[in-house]
Order: sequence, then structure tokens, then C-alpha cells
Amino acid sequence: MIQGVQIELISADRLTNLTTMERIRTILDSVMLGNIVVLEHGLTPDEQSMLIEVTMREIRPGGFSGIEMETYPGKEAESGGLFGRLFKGKKPRQGRMTVIGPAGQLKMLKIERDRLVAWASLTSGG
Amino acid sequence: MSMFTRAKKRLGKFFQNIFRRKRSRIGIYGPPNAGKTTLANRIVRDCSGDAIGPVSEIPHETRRARRREDVVITGANGNTLLLDIVDTPGVTTKIDYHEFLEYGLEQDEAISRAREATEGVAEAMHWLREDIHGVIYVMDSTLDPFMQVNIMMVGIIESRDLPVVIVANKTDLPDAAPSRIKSAFPQHPVISLSGLEGTNMEELYDMMTEHFR
Repeated sequence: MIQGVQIELISADRLTNLTTMERIRTILDSVMLGNIVVLEHGLTPDEQSMLIEVTMREIRPGGFSGIEMETYPGKEAESGGLFGRLFKGKKPRQGRMTVIGPAGQLKMLKIERDRLVAWASLTSGG
Repeated sequence: MSMFTRAKKRLGKFFQNIFRRKRSRIGIYGPPNAGKTTLANRIVRDCSGDAIGPVSEIPHETRRARRREDVVITGANGNTLLLDIVDTPGVTTKIDYHEFLEYGLEQDEAISRAREATEGVAEAMHWLREDIHGVIYVMDSTLDPFMQVNIMMVGIIESRDLPVVIVANKTDLPDAAPSRIKSAFPQHPVISLSGLEGTNMEELYDMMTEHFR
């Protein structure tokens, strides 16, 4: 029997039409099934904060132990001065391509500004 | 969000900064075992002669956010600041009770620690979104600053427009390389110190009185 890890690539379009909680559930439900999820565009900082919170509430001793999540380090925050900040507004920063998988199954080997190297185990805890 | 709403929000922040609140609530955040409680204890001891909570080499010793009210910080520049200091559980995206067994904990104790730790992290994230006015973000300067949790947390703090001071902690250890943290987060003030030995705390207090007013 062929064993493997299912990789789910989620387009930016698919997530755009979902609410924050729907996005988080889509990602987390898939990861809890043992899949590795790759988001074309990452999550906003607020969504990341919610993802951590919801992940914590799903952790069960002896069962789901959380997520491994990696994205490229972002660029320095831009500051346009007071005028710019007041009137231009700041676009909510969308993350870059992001990989999310079950903790213990996904390991990041190398994280650089423009390159991620990941390793996925067929079994959890590996 | 419309341009009008955004401008209104920014104007609100602008006026809030002009008519400053009397007391800010400063959260001490960072990954597990970065030395947050040691630093919180050091700050509170220096300023009020007391401590905020116990420390341990076992991760997730702090599993509830702990608040100490009315801490008066005085910088060498003579500026003073009245703060509430909130020591928070280490932020992470995973908690496995097996990790605690390696520190000699019994299974029941490890499971219970893991359960409490998950609640604590969720609570810490909630505090950050709702109740915190500024952040001291603590990193272990012997570790790679590009850990995902650091990148994510600094992004979350920036997106909420919260003032942040980054602490490159554990400079007493031989492998400490605080310069890596300075290069990783050049957009924020970084103070190198040892919370354990209390070195360079004056620089932190100066920065706090300037940054969290």
C-alpha cells in the first residue's frame, strides 16, 4: 500500500470569500486530518492570532498537539509618517505563501527571506 | 474598511496619544523559556521590591497571565511612568505533554500542565487583542530570532499599532548573540540584557519611559 502525506494547496481566491473564522476552520480542519496545507497568500496578523487561539483550544493530550506553520520573514514595516498614516491608511498586511501542518509531522529545515525548505513525515511524532 | 473609517481610527489613536492615558498595561510576551517571568520579576522587584511569579526550566511554568498593578518605572533620564505589568504564558503553536515527561514530570502532571498551558496561550492571545497597550517582547538571544513565533508575534503587535520594545535576553550565556536579534528586527528598539543577572536594566527602563508614555 502506498503511504503518503496529502498536500492541499489553497488559492487566494478560495480564502478571499470566506470569513475569518471560516478561513481558520478550513485550515485547521484539514491540518487536523493530517494534511499539509499550503496557502497561496498567508493570513493577516489578526487571523494568525485567531489561528493560534483556536489551535490551542483544539489540542488534546495524546491526540492533536498543535500546528507547525512557516512563512517567509516579512519585509520591514513601512512608515509613511503621521499624514500618510492618517489618510493613506495601512493595508492589512497579508502574509506571503505559508505552509501549515500538524506539529511533529512537518519540520522546517531552512528558513530564509525568500526560501523555505520543509520536511514532512508520514507519521506523526516523526 | 473604508478610507473614512480608517482615518477615523487613526485620528482616535492620534488624540489618544496626545491625551495620554494615566496608566498603560504592558504585556511581556515571547516564546516559552525566553525568560519572561524572570524579567517581569526583575522589573517588579526593582520598582516595588516584590515578585510576580515562580520561574522554572520546564517550559510553560507560567500558564495564566499575571498582572501587577501600579509599577512605577523611573529612567536614568528622570522620567517616570506608572504601569501595570502583565506577565503572559509563552506563545507557541504546539503543546505536547510528552515534552514535559522529559523533565521528570509524572504523566498526570504533564497532561494537566499541557491542558493549562493551552488555555494560557489562548488567554495571552486574547489579552493582546483586547487589553494590552504596549509590549515588551522577550527573545532568548542564544536562539535563532527567525523562529516563526517571533515573526508572527511581531507582525501581530505591529498590525495593532502597539508600541514594542524587544528584549534580547540571556546575555549572561556564552552563546548569546543579541546582534542577530537587532539585525532581524531593525524597525524596533532592541535592548540586550540579562533578566537573571539584572544587567543593563537601566537602558530598558529608559526605553520604556520613552516608548510607553
